[in-house]
Amino acid sequence: MRSFIAVFLMIFAVVPAIAIDAGVAFDDPELQARYDKIIAEVRCLKCQNQTIKDSNAFLASDLRREIRRMLNEGQSDDEIYEFLVARYGEFALYRPRMSGKTLFLWLAPFLFVLGGGVILWRVLRRRMAMPIDDETPEEA
Amino acid sequence: MTRFIWPMIAFAMLAFVLMRGLTLNPNELPSPLSQKPAPLFELPSLADPDVRVGSATYENQLVLVNVWATWCPGCQQEHDFLVSLALTEAIPIFGLNWRDNRPEALRWLEALGDPYMATAYDQDGRIGIDWGVYGAPETFLVDADGIVIYKHIAPLTRDIWQREFLPLINARRSEQ
Repeated sequence: MRSFIAVFLMIFAVVPAIAIDAGVAFDDPELQARYDKIIAEVRCLKCQNQTIKDSNAFLASDLRREIRRMLNEGQSDDEIYEFLVARYGEFALYRPRMSGKTLFLWLAPFLFVLGGGVILWRVLRRRMAMPIDDETPEEA
Repeated sequence: MTRFIWPMIAFAMLAFVLMRGLTLNPNELPSPLSQKPAPLFELPSLADPDVRVGSATYENQLVLVNVWATWCPGCQQEHDFLVSLALTEAIPIFGLNWRDNRPEALRWLEALGDPYMATAYDQDGRIGIDWGVYGAPETFLVDADGIVIYKHIAPLTRDIWQREFLPLINARRSEQ
């Protein structure tokens, strides 16, 4: 029984490791670092809230294979991102590049903070202009 | 009363954006290929590994390029319609068998009917990537100049065919 449990546990210890080809893909640590960075920033289009690093959908593994091939061919990170965007659109990148189409996406957080700041400033200014005794009308 | 106008406008705008979000399907992504040249490719034919088929097989005509696989339930759903469409000879259909198993794919065509003028066998998904395929079935309408004029994701039905594809096809044919 004990050996059965041991085998059972071993299977589950091994399977997650082989499900995703996450092992070292390159001898060159610099290439490996670029590979790790790129696959963590590319969306798996089939399983949209995962990166291709985390997904074992075959589309993700196909894309990892293509990225490895392109890195081996000496292509730059930008060329690889361009390859993906040309085929799958800006949505494929978790960090979409700044462009006419994605400008609003990039600026929106700043616009919201700015808008909130304006509202806060106006409310505070109005409060400051109020007479002090206005704040405790029940006691007045 | 006027002090509520701005919060109400902000609320209406937020409600509009969120309501629009309800009707968008995040699984139907716009194709960057739309109105651009379709990728040129050549692959072994599904039927015969020694025969090469690809974009040259259907060039210079309006054609449907249908991405399918036997593991894909949606492909099974749309298959009957594709077979009936092929029988009407409305438009040639080229098959891209994607990430599949050759014997199973051949058995499927034998059992369910073969609507395709030819089927390319994209075993490792390399050509699928060039077409931006992320989930079969996907159907591309490619014109005689090799431009992708429409892409449909999800099973093709008679309704979608009549609503989305026919007007484009008729417009293209009346131009010529």
